[in-house]
Amino acid sequence: MLDADVQLRLDRLSLDAELVVDAGEVVALLGPNGAGKSTVLGALAGLLKLAGGRVELDGIVLEEPAKHVRVVPEKRLIGLMFQDYLLFPHLSALENVAFGPRAHGMDKNQARSKAQAALDRLGLTAVAAAKPGNMSGGQQQRVAMARAMVTEPRLLLLDEPLAALDVSTKTDVRRQLRSVLRDSHAANVMVTHDLLDAVALADRMVVIENGGIIQAGTPAEVTARPRSAYVADLVGVNLLRGVARGRMIELDGGGQLLTETAESGSVLAVIQPSAVSVHRARPEVAAETRTNLWAGRVGAVDLLGDRVRVRVDGSPSITAEVPPSAVDALRLDDGGELWAVASAADVSVYQP
Amino acid sequence: MKRARLTVNPVVIVLAALTALFFVLPLSGLVFQTPWSRIGSVITSKTSLDALQLSLIASLSSTALALVFGFPLAWILARGQFRGKALLRGLCTLPMVLPPVVGGIALLLAYGRKGFVGEPLDSAFGISLPFSLPGVIVAESFVSMPFFVITLESGLRAMNTRLEDAARSLGANRWTVFRRVTLPLIWPSLAAGAVLTWSRALGEFGATITFAGNLPGVTQTAPLAIYISQSSGQMAEAIALSLVLVVVSLAVMIGTRDRSRTS
Repeated sequence: MLDADVQLRLDRLSLDAELVVDAGEVVALLGPNGAGKSTVLGALAGLLKLAGGRVELDGIVLEEPAKHVRVVPEKRLIGLMFQDYLLFPHLSALENVAFGPRAHGMDKNQARSKAQAALDRLGLTAVAAAKPGNMSGGQQQRVAMARAMVTEPRLLLLDEPLAALDVSTKTDVRRQLRSVLRDSHAANVMVTHDLLDAVALADRMVVIENGGIIQAGTPAEVTARPRSAYVADLVGVNLLRGVARGRMIELDGGGQLLTETAESGSVLAVIQPSAVSVHRARPEVAAETRTNLWAGRVGAVDLLGDRVRVRVDGSPSITAEVPPSAVDALRLDDGGELWAVASAADVSVYQP
Repeated sequence: MKRARLTVNPVVIVLAALTALFFVLPLSGLVFQTPWSRIGSVITSKTSLDALQLSLIASLSSTALALVFGFPLAWILARGQFRGKALLRGLCTLPMVLPPVVGGIALLLAYGRKGFVGEPLDSAFGISLPFSLPGVIVAESFVSMPFFVITLESGLRAMNTRLEDAARSLGANRWTVFRRVTLPLIWPSLAAGAVLTWSRALGEFGATITFAGNLPGVTQTAPLAIYISQSSGQMAEAIALSLVLVVVSLAVMIGTRDRSRTS
């Protein structure tokens, strides 16, 4: 089990993040670029010095600046997988994977057979003798995976493990990574910026923003109730913030939002883009149907699979999802005024 | 993969051929002028053998010294972060561009019998460098070690140090990281630096004759012996010794070129 309070002071960044990860659990660390996700991994690995706090693994304190405790990286029983893999270019796949067991004092033959078994398990038997330069991206990724795990670390740190792969190999490797993580007895921390990776692989998500954790929970919890614009964007929903008065919210950025549930005080509200429709002319809306109606101008138009997302810039700004045919029918590429409509029943409200 | 043949401008071909001739002609002249009938006796004369042996010992010693003392300097220059690093690098590599005879004078002023380091060294420990084999080695090191330092430094800089992080995360201590990751990765520049240093030391003339003198059997290296033979009219001796140096250098150049290509 990992029990850490990572406090770091870097160039422009002061970071404080508490992380508790059970053995066998997978925690996904998310956050915008520059939020310090990879830095947290580096600190847990001992490659960066903590400014404060502590790192404890299975009851052993690995680092605690206040008590001048610091275990060097090579004594930490960790596995670290880098975004760019960092395979040793002068060693074969087998020697790369055998490096860890060898460094831990295992004799050469034993280390090699252990490495061979790890490669076999990931379907890499054929590339055992190949150097990293002669392997595909997917093969390199899996060799890096094998190398990080073959020492049976108590803490496995994965830095964007799938980011460098192309879409076609990603699905396969993700499936393999999931089965490997499921069998793992380590505390697993994975940095990612891909919601799909987090949802598919992680038991819990932790979101870091502005030097601290702004949200943590199961993927279902986090995606249902995003607490920041970053998470809402990641999930692809409209997140609105305001002050509730009964079944109406005065939005922070101006405008109002009708809801079905009565709340009071500061609240967050989520509307799925698919629940928002757009119209060129002001639609007739009966007051008793409790329908939200906002005027705005056409903003960004993005194609997302077989759906089109249209940003209606106004107060509030809202994103709607429409079929591609609507782009033509509503002449969205011409810009101009647009009306967004959403039923109060489709607004989900919660306390921040 | 076969590449389409590039058409090269004839002017470029002619100029390149002229340049190649410029290098090849003097060397072939050396071969044609070699007194083949008595080359055996010339090379095995005591003066020649002594000079060759001295050259070999001194140049290899200088290379060994570069490995031991040049390595830490290159490491500090590549990885260290301190004020005055550029100045330090400049000073330590100055002998590369300095006329060797100037280096010899500077060595005399510092480590000579009356030098500000040499005099105390002599009176305290009875160590005297000039006109001795150690003096030859010092002179050759002064001129040749910068080549090792510069080559190794650029090799260390080019290396991705995060690979060392990866090794440490896998449980390797500093020594294991150095032996199994750092050293193999900088090996090409280490070898190239050593070869450059060795060949520069082998050909050293100016600093050696200025600082260590020209005592046959003591400090007279092959280049010195060649110069003395030539200026005293013994061309056969000069040519034969030169040919030996050419053959040795050529063998080393070709050998290292092939090895660096396979690695």
